[in-house]
Amino acid sequence: MHSYLHIDNAKMVFDTKKGKFTALTDINLDVKQGEFIALIGHSGCGKSTLLNLVAGLTEPTQGVLLLSDKEIKGPGPERGVVFQNHSLLPWLTCFGNVYLAVERVFGAKEPKSKLKERTQAALELVGLSHAIHKHPNEISGGMKQRVGIARALAMEPKVLLLDEPFGALDALTRAGLQDELMRIVKETQATTLMVTHDVDEAVLLSDRIVMMTNGPSATIGEILEVDLPRPRDRLKLAENPAYHHLRGQVLEFLYQKHLKKAA
Amino acid sequence: MSAVTINENSLKDIMNSPDTTPLPAAVSVAEARPTPFLQTERGLAFAEAIGKFFRAVLPPILGIALFILLWQMVSVSGGESGLPGPAKTWESAKLLFADPFYDNGPNDKGIGWNILHSLYRVGAGFGLAALVGIPLGFMIGRFQFLSGMASPIISLLRPVSPLAWLPIGLYVFKETEPASLWVIFISSIWPIILNTAAGVSRVPQDYLNVARVLNLSEWKIFTRILFPSVLPHLMTGIRLSIGVAWLVIVAAEMLTGGTGLGFWVWDEWNNLNVEHILIAIFIVGIVGLLLEQVLVMIANRFNYE
Repeated sequence: MHSYLHIDNAKMVFDTKKGKFTALTDINLDVKQGEFIALIGHSGCGKSTLLNLVAGLTEPTQGVLLLSDKEIKGPGPERGVVFQNHSLLPWLTCFGNVYLAVERVFGAKEPKSKLKERTQAALELVGLSHAIHKHPNEISGGMKQRVGIARALAMEPKVLLLDEPFGALDALTRAGLQDELMRIVKETQATTLMVTHDVDEAVLLSDRIVMMTNGPSATIGEILEVDLPRPRDRLKLAENPAYHHLRGQVLEFLYQKHLKKAA
Repeated sequence: MSAVTINENSLKDIMNSPDTTPLPAAVSVAEARPTPFLQTERGLAFAEAIGKFFRAVLPPILGIALFILLWQMVSVSGGESGLPGPAKTWESAKLLFADPFYDNGPNDKGIGWNILHSLYRVGAGFGLAALVGIPLGFMIGRFQFLSGMASPIISLLRPVSPLAWLPIGLYVFKETEPASLWVIFISSIWPIILNTAAGVSRVPQDYLNVARVLNLSEWKIFTRILFPSVLPHLMTGIRLSIGVAWLVIVAAEMLTGGTGLGFWVWDEWNNLNVEHILIAIFIVGIVGLLLEQVLVMIANRFNYE
Protein backbone atom coordinates (compact mmCIF):
# COMPACT_ATOMS: atom_id res chain seq x y z
CA MET A 1 0.00 0.00 0.00
CA HIS A 2 1.39 3.35 -0.94
CA SER A 3 0.70 5.89 1.74
CA TYR A 4 0.13 9.56 1.09
CA LEU A 5 0.70 10.83 4.58
CA HIS A 6 3.27 8.82 6.48
CA ILE A 7 4.03 9.32 10.16
CA ASP A 8 7.03 7.36 11.33
CA ASN A 9 7.81 6.94 15.00
CA ALA A 10 6.90 10.52 15.91
CA LYS A 11 7.49 11.69 19.45
CA MET A 12 6.64 15.05 20.92
CA VAL A 13 8.20 16.37 24.10
CA PHE A 14 7.35 19.81 25.47
CA ASP A 15 9.51 21.87 27.79
CA THR A 16 7.29 23.06 30.60
CA LYS A 17 7.98 24.82 33.86
CA LYS A 18 7.77 21.49 35.64
CA GLY A 19 10.32 19.90 33.30
CA LYS A 20 9.93 17.75 30.21
CA PHE A 21 6.47 16.59 29.28
CA THR A 22 6.13 13.77 26.78
CA ALA A 23 2.83 14.38 24.99
CA LEU A 24 3.11 11.81 22.21
CA THR A 25 5.30 8.82 21.64
CA ASP A 26 5.64 6.01 19.07
CA ILE A 27 3.13 7.47 16.65
CA ASN A 28 3.02 5.46 13.44
CA LEU A 29 0.29 6.11 10.92
CA ASP A 30 -0.22 5.75 7.19
CA VAL A 31 -3.01 7.60 5.47
CA LYS A 32 -4.11 6.93 1.89
CA GLN A 33 -4.98 9.74 -0.48
CA GLY A 34 -8.60 10.79 -0.14
CA GLU A 35 -9.07 8.99 3.15
CA PHE A 36 -11.05 10.51 6.03
CA ILE A 37 -9.40 9.84 9.37
CA ALA A 38 -10.90 10.72 12.74
CA LEU A 39 -8.61 11.11 15.74
CA ILE A 40 -10.47 10.36 18.92
CA GLY A 41 -9.48 10.14 22.57
CA HIS A 42 -10.03 11.72 25.94
CA SER A 43 -9.09 15.35 26.33
CA GLY A 44 -5.40 15.87 26.92
CA CYS A 45 -4.42 12.79 24.94
CA GLY A 46 -2.49 14.76 22.35
CA LYS A 47 -4.94 14.61 19.45
CA SER A 48 -4.46 18.30 18.70
CA THR A 49 -0.71 17.97 19.17
CA LEU A 50 -0.66 15.30 16.48
CA LEU A 51 -2.74 17.50 14.18
CA ASN A 52 -0.39 20.42 14.76
CA LEU A 53 2.53 18.19 13.77
CA VAL A 54 0.85 17.39 10.47
CA ALA A 55 -0.03 21.06 10.02
CA GLY A 56 3.63 21.90 10.58
CA LEU A 57 2.86 24.35 13.38
CA THR A 58 5.16 22.34 15.64
CA GLU A 59 8.04 20.04 14.81
CA PRO A 60 8.35 16.56 16.31
CA THR A 61 11.08 15.97 18.87
CA GLN A 62 11.79 12.67 17.17
CA GLY A 63 10.58 10.86 14.08
CA VAL A 64 9.52 11.95 10.63
CA LEU A 65 6.32 13.06 8.94
CA LEU A 66 6.13 12.67 5.18
CA LEU A 67 3.49 14.10 2.88
CA SER A 68 3.65 12.57 -0.60
CA ASP A 69 7.24 11.53 0.17
CA LYS A 70 8.36 15.00 1.24
CA GLU A 71 9.19 15.84 4.84
CA ILE A 72 6.82 18.24 6.55
CA LYS A 73 8.82 21.26 7.65
CA GLY A 74 6.54 24.08 8.71
CA PRO A 75 3.05 24.96 7.53
CA GLY A 76 2.18 25.02 3.85
CA PRO A 77 -0.77 25.92 1.67
CA GLU A 78 -1.26 22.30 0.61
CA ARG A 79 -2.50 21.66 4.16
CA GLY A 80 -5.61 23.65 5.08
CA VAL A 81 -6.32 23.98 8.79
CA VAL A 82 -9.70 24.63 10.41
CA PHE A 83 -9.13 25.74 13.97
CA GLN A 84 -11.17 24.76 16.97
CA ASN A 85 -12.26 28.32 17.71
CA HIS A 86 -12.60 29.40 14.06
CA SER A 87 -9.77 32.00 14.44
CA LEU A 88 -11.28 34.47 12.01
CA LEU A 89 -9.76 37.94 11.95
CA PRO A 90 -12.48 40.16 13.45
CA TRP A 91 -11.52 43.25 11.43
CA LEU A 92 -12.02 41.53 8.09
CA THR A 93 -15.37 40.53 6.57
CA CYS A 94 -16.09 36.89 5.76
CA PHE A 95 -14.97 37.71 2.24
CA GLY A 96 -11.79 39.39 3.52
CA ASN A 97 -10.90 36.44 5.71
CA VAL A 98 -11.17 33.97 2.86
CA TYR A 99 -9.59 36.34 0.36
CA LEU A 100 -6.49 36.61 2.54
CA ALA A 101 -5.89 32.89 2.06
CA VAL A 102 -6.79 32.89 -1.65
CA GLU A 103 -4.52 35.84 -2.34
CA ARG A 104 -1.60 34.12 -0.65
CA VAL A 105 -1.93 30.86 -2.56
CA PHE A 106 -3.04 32.04 -6.02
CA GLY A 107 -2.17 35.77 -5.96
CA ALA A 108 1.09 35.36 -7.84
CA LYS A 109 -0.37 33.67 -10.91
CA GLU A 110 -3.99 34.78 -11.20
CA PRO A 111 -5.67 38.16 -11.79
CA LYS A 112 -7.72 39.81 -9.06
CA SER A 113 -11.05 38.99 -10.66
CA LYS A 114 -10.20 35.29 -10.57
CA LEU A 115 -9.18 35.56 -6.90
CA LYS A 116 -12.51 37.15 -6.08
CA GLU A 117 -14.30 34.39 -7.96
CA ARG A 118 -12.46 31.76 -5.96
CA THR A 119 -13.33 33.48 -2.69
CA GLN A 120 -16.98 33.68 -3.64
CA ALA A 121 -17.02 30.07 -4.74
CA ALA A 122 -15.52 28.90 -1.45
CA LEU A 123 -18.13 30.81 0.57
CA GLU A 124 -20.85 29.44 -1.69
CA LEU A 125 -19.60 25.91 -1.08
CA VAL A 126 -20.27 26.29 2.64
CA GLY A 127 -23.60 28.01 1.99
CA LEU A 128 -22.66 31.52 3.04
CA SER A 129 -23.23 33.56 -0.12
CA HIS A 130 -25.69 35.76 1.78
CA ALA A 131 -23.28 36.75 4.56
CA ILE A 132 -20.29 37.50 2.40
CA HIS A 133 -19.80 41.10 3.53
CA LYS A 134 -20.58 40.61 7.20
CA HIS A 135 -17.98 40.80 9.93
CA PRO A 136 -17.41 37.75 12.16
CA ASN A 137 -19.08 39.42 15.15
CA GLU A 138 -22.29 39.78 13.14
CA ILE A 139 -22.76 36.07 12.42
CA SER A 140 -23.47 32.96 14.51
CA GLY A 141 -20.92 30.47 15.79
CA GLY A 142 -21.90 27.90 13.17
CA MET A 143 -21.48 30.45 10.40
CA LYS A 144 -18.07 31.48 11.72
CA GLN A 145 -16.96 27.87 11.66
CA ARG A 146 -18.19 27.63 8.05
CA VAL A 147 -16.09 30.65 7.11
CA GLY A 148 -13.14 28.88 8.76
CA ILE A 149 -13.84 25.84 6.59
CA ALA A 150 -14.24 28.01 3.49
CA ARG A 151 -10.91 29.68 4.23
CA ALA A 152 -9.18 26.30 4.46
CA LEU A 153 -10.94 24.93 1.34
CA ALA A 154 -10.27 28.04 -0.76
CA MET A 155 -6.59 27.22 -0.70
CA GLU A 156 -7.42 23.98 -2.52
CA PRO A 157 -5.48 21.94 0.00
CA LYS A 158 -4.55 18.35 -0.62
CA VAL A 159 -4.99 17.71 3.08
CA LEU A 160 -7.72 19.17 5.24
CA LEU A 161 -6.94 19.30 8.96
CA LEU A 162 -9.82 19.93 11.32
CA ASP A 163 -9.26 20.48 15.04
CA GLU A 164 -12.56 19.76 16.80
CA PRO A 165 -14.25 22.06 14.30
CA PHE A 166 -17.78 21.56 15.62
CA GLY A 167 -16.93 21.17 19.29
CA ALA A 168 -18.35 24.52 20.37
CA LEU A 169 -21.61 24.23 18.43
CA ASP A 170 -25.05 23.03 19.45
CA ALA A 171 -26.16 19.57 18.32
CA LEU A 172 -28.45 20.73 15.49
CA THR A 173 -25.91 23.09 13.94
CA ARG A 174 -23.27 20.42 14.31
CA ALA A 175 -25.35 17.84 12.45
CA GLY A 176 -25.95 20.29 9.60
CA LEU A 177 -22.26 21.08 9.28
CA GLN A 178 -21.30 17.39 9.43
CA ASP A 179 -23.57 16.69 6.46
CA GLU A 180 -22.07 19.63 4.64
CA LEU A 181 -18.54 18.48 5.41
CA MET A 182 -19.33 15.02 3.99
CA ARG A 183 -20.58 16.62 0.79
CA ILE A 184 -17.58 18.95 0.51
CA VAL A 185 -15.03 16.22 1.13
CA LYS A 186 -16.72 14.07 -1.51
CA GLU A 187 -16.60 16.99 -3.96
CA THR A 188 -13.01 18.04 -3.30
CA GLN A 189 -11.56 14.55 -2.68
CA ALA A 190 -9.34 16.03 0.02
CA THR A 191 -7.51 13.77 2.43
CA THR A 192 -8.92 14.69 5.81
CA LEU A 193 -7.73 14.42 9.39
CA MET A 194 -10.24 15.43 11.99
CA VAL A 195 -9.78 15.67 15.74
CA THR A 196 -12.97 14.97 17.62
CA HIS A 197 -14.26 13.74 20.94
CA ASP A 198 -17.67 12.90 19.55
CA VAL A 199 -18.10 9.15 18.90
CA ASP A 200 -21.10 9.55 16.57
CA GLU A 201 -19.29 12.19 14.55
CA ALA A 202 -16.27 9.92 14.16
CA VAL A 203 -18.31 6.93 12.98
CA LEU A 204 -20.50 8.98 10.68
CA LEU A 205 -17.73 10.79 8.86
CA SER A 206 -14.60 8.71 8.75
CA ASP A 207 -13.11 5.79 6.86
CA ARG A 208 -10.90 4.92 9.80
CA ILE A 209 -10.99 5.96 13.43
CA VAL A 210 -7.65 6.36 15.16
CA MET A 211 -8.19 5.87 18.88
CA MET A 212 -5.57 7.28 21.17
CA THR A 213 -4.56 6.22 24.66
CA ASN A 214 -4.50 8.68 27.51
CA GLY A 215 -1.59 11.03 28.01
CA PRO A 216 1.06 11.67 29.08
CA SER A 217 3.07 9.67 26.54
CA ALA A 218 -0.08 9.05 24.54
CA THR A 219 0.07 6.84 21.52
CA ILE A 220 -2.26 5.17 19.04
CA GLY A 221 -4.20 2.47 20.85
CA GLU A 222 -6.35 0.96 18.12
CA ILE A 223 -7.39 1.77 14.60
CA LEU A 224 -10.96 0.95 13.59
CA GLU A 225 -12.05 0.49 9.96
CA VAL A 226 -15.43 2.06 9.31
CA ASP A 227 -16.70 0.08 6.34
CA LEU A 228 -20.13 1.66 6.14
CA PRO A 229 -21.14 2.37 2.53
CA ARG A 230 -21.20 5.97 1.29
CA PRO A 231 -23.09 8.19 0.89
CA ARG A 232 -24.08 7.89 4.53
CA ASP A 233 -27.35 9.11 5.89
CA ARG A 234 -27.55 9.77 9.61
CA LEU A 235 -31.21 8.73 9.82
CA LYS A 236 -30.68 5.41 8.06
CA LEU A 237 -27.51 4.72 10.05
CA ALA A 238 -29.50 5.05 13.25
CA GLU A 239 -31.19 1.76 12.35
CA ASN A 240 -28.08 0.09 10.98
CA PRO A 241 -26.68 -2.63 13.29
CA ALA A 242 -23.19 -2.27 11.78
CA TYR A 243 -23.20 1.38 12.78
CA HIS A 244 -24.12 0.53 16.35
CA HIS A 245 -21.50 -2.17 16.48
CA LEU A 246 -18.77 0.28 15.39
CA ARG A 247 -20.03 2.86 17.82
CA GLY A 248 -19.93 0.27 20.57
CA GLN A 249 -16.35 -0.60 19.75
CA VAL A 250 -15.23 3.01 20.03
CA LEU A 251 -17.12 3.48 23.27
CA GLU A 252 -15.63 0.30 24.64
CA PHE A 253 -12.14 1.55 23.85
CA LEU A 254 -12.77 4.93 25.42
CA TYR A 255 -14.69 3.89 28.51
CA GLN A 256 -13.42 0.44 29.37
CA LYS A 257 -9.90 0.04 28.12
CA HIS A 258 -8.79 3.60 28.59
CA LEU A 259 -11.13 5.17 31.06
CA LYS A 260 -9.70 8.45 32.15
CA LYS A 261 -9.53 8.62 35.89
CA ALA A 262 -11.60 11.51 37.14
CA ALA A 263 -9.28 14.26 38.27
CA MET B 1 -30.18 36.29 58.60
CA SER B 2 -32.68 38.46 60.37
CA ALA B 3 -35.67 36.99 62.10
CA VAL B 4 -38.11 38.57 59.66
CA THR B 5 -37.36 38.15 55.97
CA ILE B 6 -39.59 39.56 53.30
CA ASN B 7 -39.04 37.99 49.94
CA GLU B 8 -41.16 38.14 46.81
CA ASN B 9 -43.47 35.33 47.89
CA SER B 10 -44.08 36.53 51.39
CA LEU B 11 -44.76 39.97 49.95
CA LYS B 12 -47.43 38.43 47.71
CA ASP B 13 -48.93 36.70 50.72
CA ILE B 14 -49.09 39.97 52.56
CA MET B 15 -50.69 41.72 49.60
CA ASN B 16 -53.27 38.94 49.16
CA SER B 17 -54.19 38.61 52.80
CA PRO B 18 -57.54 40.09 53.75
CA ASP B 19 -55.83 42.30 56.33
CA THR B 20 -54.08 44.26 53.59
CA THR B 21 -56.14 46.86 51.80
CA PRO B 22 -54.84 48.81 48.81
CA LEU B 23 -54.33 52.52 49.32
CA PRO B 24 -57.68 54.17 48.77
CA ALA B 25 -56.09 57.37 47.43
CA ALA B 26 -54.68 55.61 44.36
CA VAL B 27 -58.08 54.19 43.49
CA SER B 28 -59.96 57.45 43.82
CA VAL B 29 -57.48 59.36 41.66
CA ALA B 30 -57.73 56.79 38.89
CA GLU B 31 -61.52 56.85 39.01
CA ALA B 32 -61.69 60.64 39.05
CA ARG B 33 -59.91 60.95 35.69
CA PRO B 34 -62.21 60.84 32.69
CA THR B 35 -59.54 59.50 30.28
CA PRO B 36 -56.73 57.64 32.05
CA PHE B 37 -54.10 58.37 29.41
CA LEU B 38 -51.30 56.94 31.54
CA GLN B 39 -53.01 53.56 31.59
CA THR B 40 -53.15 53.19 27.83
CA GLU B 41 -50.24 51.57 26.04
CA ARG B 42 -49.04 54.82 24.52
CA GLY B 43 -49.41 56.54 27.83
CA LEU B 44 -47.28 53.95 29.57
CA ALA B 45 -44.58 54.23 26.95
CA PHE B 46 -44.70 58.01 27.31
CA ALA B 47 -44.45 57.81 31.08
CA GLU B 48 -41.55 55.43 30.82
CA ALA B 49 -39.71 57.68 28.39
CA ILE B 50 -40.20 60.67 30.69
CA GLY B 51 -39.04 58.62 33.64
CA LYS B 52 -35.95 57.44 31.77
CA PHE B 53 -35.13 60.98 30.74
CA PHE B 54 -35.36 62.28 34.28
CA ARG B 55 -33.36 59.40 35.71
CA ALA B 56 -30.58 60.18 33.24
CA VAL B 57 -30.66 63.97 33.41
CA LEU B 58 -31.71 64.73 36.95
CA PRO B 59 -28.59 63.54 38.84
CA PRO B 60 -26.09 65.58 36.76
CA ILE B 61 -28.31 68.68 36.92
CA LEU B 62 -28.64 68.33 40.67
CA GLY B 63 -24.91 67.81 40.98
CA ILE B 64 -24.12 70.92 38.97
CA ALA B 65 -26.68 72.96 40.87
CA LEU B 66 -25.17 71.86 44.17
CA PHE B 67 -21.70 72.70 42.89
CA ILE B 68 -22.80 76.22 41.90
CA LEU B 69 -24.50 76.67 45.25
CA LEU B 70 -21.32 75.68 47.12
CA TRP B 71 -19.33 78.01 44.94
CA GLN B 72 -21.76 80.85 45.72
CA MET B 73 -21.49 80.11 49.44
CA VAL B 74 -17.70 80.10 49.35
CA SER B 75 -17.62 83.39 47.45
CA VAL B 76 -20.14 85.07 49.79
CA SER B 77 -18.37 83.88 52.91
CA GLY B 78 -15.13 85.46 51.67
CA GLY B 79 -16.70 88.91 51.69
CA GLU B 80 -15.22 91.65 49.47
CA SER B 81 -11.89 89.90 48.87
CA GLY B 82 -13.50 86.44 48.38
CA LEU B 83 -13.66 84.43 45.18
CA PRO B 84 -15.91 85.86 42.46
CA GLY B 85 -19.31 84.18 42.51
CA PRO B 86 -20.96 82.24 39.65
CA ALA B 87 -23.00 85.20 38.39
CA LYS B 88 -20.04 87.57 38.26
CA THR B 89 -17.91 84.94 36.51
CA TRP B 90 -20.69 84.28 34.00
CA GLU B 91 -20.96 88.00 33.14
CA SER B 92 -17.20 88.14 32.68
CA ALA B 93 -17.25 85.04 30.47
CA LYS B 94 -19.95 86.56 28.25
CA LEU B 95 -17.77 89.61 27.67
CA LEU B 96 -14.72 87.45 27.05
CA PHE B 97 -16.39 85.23 24.48
CA ALA B 98 -18.09 88.16 22.73
CA ASP B 99 -14.84 88.78 20.88
CA PRO B 100 -12.63 85.68 21.15
CA PHE B 101 -10.32 86.41 18.22
CA TYR B 102 -9.00 89.94 18.72
CA ASP B 103 -5.28 90.50 18.45
CA ASN B 104 -3.63 93.49 20.18
CA GLY B 105 -0.03 92.54 19.82
CA PRO B 106 2.03 89.70 21.30
CA ASN B 107 0.79 89.72 24.93
CA ASP B 108 -2.86 90.61 24.39
CA LYS B 109 -4.80 88.16 22.28
CA GLY B 110 -8.39 86.92 22.40
CA ILE B 111 -9.27 83.79 24.34
CA GLY B 112 -9.87 81.88 21.10
CA TRP B 113 -6.27 82.46 20.00
CA ASN B 114 -4.97 81.27 23.34
CA ILE B 115 -7.01 78.07 23.18
CA LEU B 116 -5.87 77.42 19.61
CA HIS B 117 -2.23 78.01 20.53
CA SER B 118 -2.42 75.54 23.39
CA LEU B 119 -4.17 72.99 21.16
CA TYR B 120 -1.57 73.48 18.47
CA ARG B 121 1.26 72.81 20.93
CA VAL B 122 -0.46 69.70 22.26
CA GLY B 123 -1.05 68.52 18.70
CA ALA B 124 2.51 69.14 17.56
CA GLY B 125 4.18 67.71 20.67
CA PHE B 126 1.88 64.70 20.67
CA GLY B 127 2.31 64.23 16.90
CA LEU B 128 6.07 63.98 17.34
CA ALA B 129 5.61 61.60 20.26
CA ALA B 130 3.34 59.38 18.13
CA LEU B 131 5.81 59.49 15.24
CA VAL B 132 8.59 58.19 17.46
CA GLY B 133 6.58 56.23 20.02
CA ILE B 134 4.43 54.03 17.79
CA PRO B 135 7.27 52.43 15.79
CA LEU B 136 9.32 52.13 18.98
CA GLY B 137 6.39 50.45 20.74
CA PHE B 138 5.98 47.98 17.86
CA MET B 139 9.66 47.07 17.95
CA ILE B 140 9.75 46.72 21.73
CA GLY B 141 6.65 44.55 21.64
CA ARG B 142 7.94 42.32 18.84
CA PHE B 143 11.51 41.75 19.97
CA GLN B 144 12.20 40.50 23.48
CA PHE B 145 15.78 41.74 23.30
CA LEU B 146 14.79 45.33 22.56
CA SER B 147 12.21 45.16 25.30
CA GLY B 148 14.93 44.13 27.74
CA MET B 149 17.08 47.02 26.57
CA ALA B 150 14.38 49.65 26.79
CA SER B 151 12.59 48.67 29.96
CA PRO B 152 15.11 49.99 32.55
CA ILE B 153 15.31 53.34 30.76
CA ILE B 154 11.54 53.68 30.44
CA SER B 155 11.02 52.64 34.06
CA LEU B 156 13.51 55.29 35.17
CA LEU B 157 12.29 58.18 33.03
CA ARG B 158 8.55 57.62 33.07
CA PRO B 159 7.88 58.76 36.66
CA VAL B 160 9.77 62.05 36.13
CA SER B 161 7.51 65.10 36.43
CA PRO B 162 7.02 66.59 32.96
CA LEU B 163 8.08 70.07 34.02
CA ALA B 164 11.46 68.78 35.14
CA TRP B 165 12.21 68.38 31.43
CA LEU B 166 11.58 72.06 30.69
CA PRO B 167 15.03 73.38 31.69
CA ILE B 168 16.66 70.71 29.52
CA GLY B 169 14.52 71.83 26.60
CA LEU B 170 15.31 75.50 27.21
CA TYR B 171 19.02 74.73 27.44
CA VAL B 172 19.14 72.60 24.29
CA PHE B 173 16.80 74.64 22.08
CA LYS B 174 17.53 78.12 23.53
CA GLU B 175 13.92 79.10 22.77
CA THR B 176 10.64 78.70 24.60
CA GLU B 177 8.48 77.37 21.75
CA PRO B 178 10.48 74.22 20.96
CA ALA B 179 11.11 73.78 24.68
CA SER B 180 7.39 73.56 25.43
CA LEU B 181 6.89 71.15 22.50
CA TRP B 182 9.71 69.09 23.95
CA VAL B 183 7.96 68.89 27.32
CA ILE B 184 4.74 67.71 25.66
CA PHE B 185 6.71 65.23 23.57
CA ILE B 186 8.59 63.67 26.45
CA SER B 187 5.59 63.46 28.77
CA SER B 188 3.19 62.00 26.23
CA ILE B 189 5.53 59.48 24.62
CA TRP B 190 5.53 56.92 27.47
CA PRO B 191 1.85 55.89 27.34
CA ILE B 192 2.14 55.48 23.57
CA ILE B 193 5.23 53.28 23.74
CA LEU B 194 3.98 51.17 26.64
CA ASN B 195 0.48 50.60 25.31
CA THR B 196 1.65 49.80 21.79
CA ALA B 197 4.23 47.34 23.11
CA ALA B 198 1.68 45.70 25.39
CA GLY B 199 -0.73 45.42 22.45
CA VAL B 200 1.88 43.80 20.22
CA SER B 201 2.91 41.25 22.82
CA ARG B 202 -0.77 40.40 23.40
CA VAL B 203 -1.71 39.58 19.81
CA PRO B 204 -3.63 36.30 20.24
CA GLN B 205 -1.61 33.21 19.31
CA ASP B 206 -4.60 32.06 17.23
CA TYR B 207 -4.14 34.95 14.82
CA LEU B 208 -0.42 34.29 14.56
CA ASN B 209 -1.18 30.62 13.88
CA VAL B 210 -3.48 31.72 11.06
CA ALA B 211 -0.62 33.78 9.69
CA ARG B 212 1.68 30.76 9.83
CA VAL B 213 -0.80 28.35 8.28
CA LEU B 214 -1.52 30.81 5.47
CA ASN B 215 2.20 31.47 5.19
CA LEU B 216 1.66 35.25 5.03
CA SER B 217 4.48 37.62 4.21
CA GLU B 218 5.89 39.87 6.97
CA TRP B 219 4.16 42.87 5.39
CA LYS B 220 0.79 41.13 5.29
CA ILE B 221 1.26 39.95 8.88
CA PHE B 222 1.83 43.56 9.87
CA THR B 223 -1.02 45.14 7.89
CA ARG B 224 -3.63 42.39 8.29
CA ILE B 225 -2.90 40.97 11.72
CA LEU B 226 -0.48 42.92 13.93
CA PHE B 227 -1.68 46.46 13.23
CA PRO B 228 -5.45 45.87 13.46
CA SER B 229 -4.96 43.74 16.53
CA VAL B 230 -2.84 46.40 18.26
CA LEU B 231 -5.06 49.32 17.25
CA PRO B 232 -7.35 49.25 20.32
CA HIS B 233 -4.31 49.29 22.62
CA LEU B 234 -2.75 52.00 20.52
CA MET B 235 -5.90 54.11 20.83
CA THR B 236 -5.78 53.73 24.61
CA GLY B 237 -2.18 54.91 24.53
CA ILE B 238 -3.11 57.92 22.40
CA ARG B 239 -5.96 58.82 24.72
CA LEU B 240 -3.75 58.69 27.80
CA SER B 241 -1.05 60.62 25.94
CA ILE B 242 -3.29 63.45 24.89
CA GLY B 243 -4.75 63.57 28.39
CA VAL B 244 -1.27 63.98 29.87
CA ALA B 245 -0.29 66.50 27.19
CA TRP B 246 -3.31 68.63 27.94
CA LEU B 247 -2.52 68.54 31.66
CA VAL B 248 1.06 69.51 31.06
CA ILE B 249 0.57 72.27 28.49
CA VAL B 250 -1.10 74.67 30.93
CA ALA B 251 1.73 74.29 33.40
CA ALA B 252 4.41 74.57 30.72
CA GLU B 253 2.88 77.73 29.25
CA MET B 254 2.75 79.33 32.67
CA LEU B 255 6.53 79.04 32.74
CA THR B 256 7.35 79.80 29.13
CA GLY B 257 4.85 82.63 28.55
CA GLY B 258 3.95 84.23 25.23
CA THR B 259 0.61 82.74 24.23
CA GLY B 260 -1.66 79.88 25.24
CA LEU B 261 -4.11 79.14 28.00
CA GLY B 262 -1.40 78.61 30.62
CA PHE B 263 0.19 81.94 29.83
CA TRP B 264 -3.23 83.60 29.96
CA VAL B 265 -3.92 82.17 33.43
CA TRP B 266 -0.63 83.52 34.69
CA ASP B 267 -1.18 86.86 32.97
CA GLU B 268 -4.63 87.22 34.54
CA TRP B 269 -3.12 86.31 37.91
CA ASN B 270 -0.70 89.20 37.48
CA ASN B 271 -3.69 91.41 36.61
CA LEU B 272 -5.51 89.94 39.63
CA ASN B 273 -8.46 89.13 37.37
CA VAL B 274 -9.71 86.15 39.36
CA GLU B 275 -12.89 85.69 37.26
CA HIS B 276 -10.72 85.03 34.22
CA ILE B 277 -8.70 82.45 36.12
CA LEU B 278 -11.90 80.64 37.05
CA ILE B 279 -13.05 80.84 33.43
CA ALA B 280 -9.69 79.42 32.33
CA ILE B 281 -10.17 76.46 34.66
CA PHE B 282 -13.55 75.74 33.08
CA ILE B 283 -12.11 76.08 29.57
CA VAL B 284 -9.26 73.69 30.33
CA GLY B 285 -11.76 71.22 31.77
CA ILE B 286 -14.22 71.48 28.89
CA VAL B 287 -11.58 71.24 26.15
CA GLY B 288 -10.02 68.26 27.93
CA LEU B 289 -13.41 66.59 28.15
CA LEU B 290 -14.12 67.20 24.45
CA LEU B 291 -10.71 65.80 23.43
CA GLU B 292 -11.37 62.70 25.51
CA GLN B 293 -14.86 62.22 24.04
CA VAL B 294 -13.64 62.54 20.46
CA LEU B 295 -10.88 60.01 21.08
CA VAL B 296 -13.28 57.58 22.76
CA MET B 297 -15.54 57.86 19.71
CA ILE B 298 -12.63 57.10 17.39
CA ALA B 299 -11.52 54.20 19.62
CA ASN B 300 -14.99 52.66 19.56
CA ARG B 301 -14.86 52.66 15.80
CA PHE B 302 -11.89 50.25 16.01
CA ASN B 303 -13.36 47.93 18.59
CA TYR B 304 -14.23 44.66 16.84
CA GLU B 305 -15.28 42.45 19.70
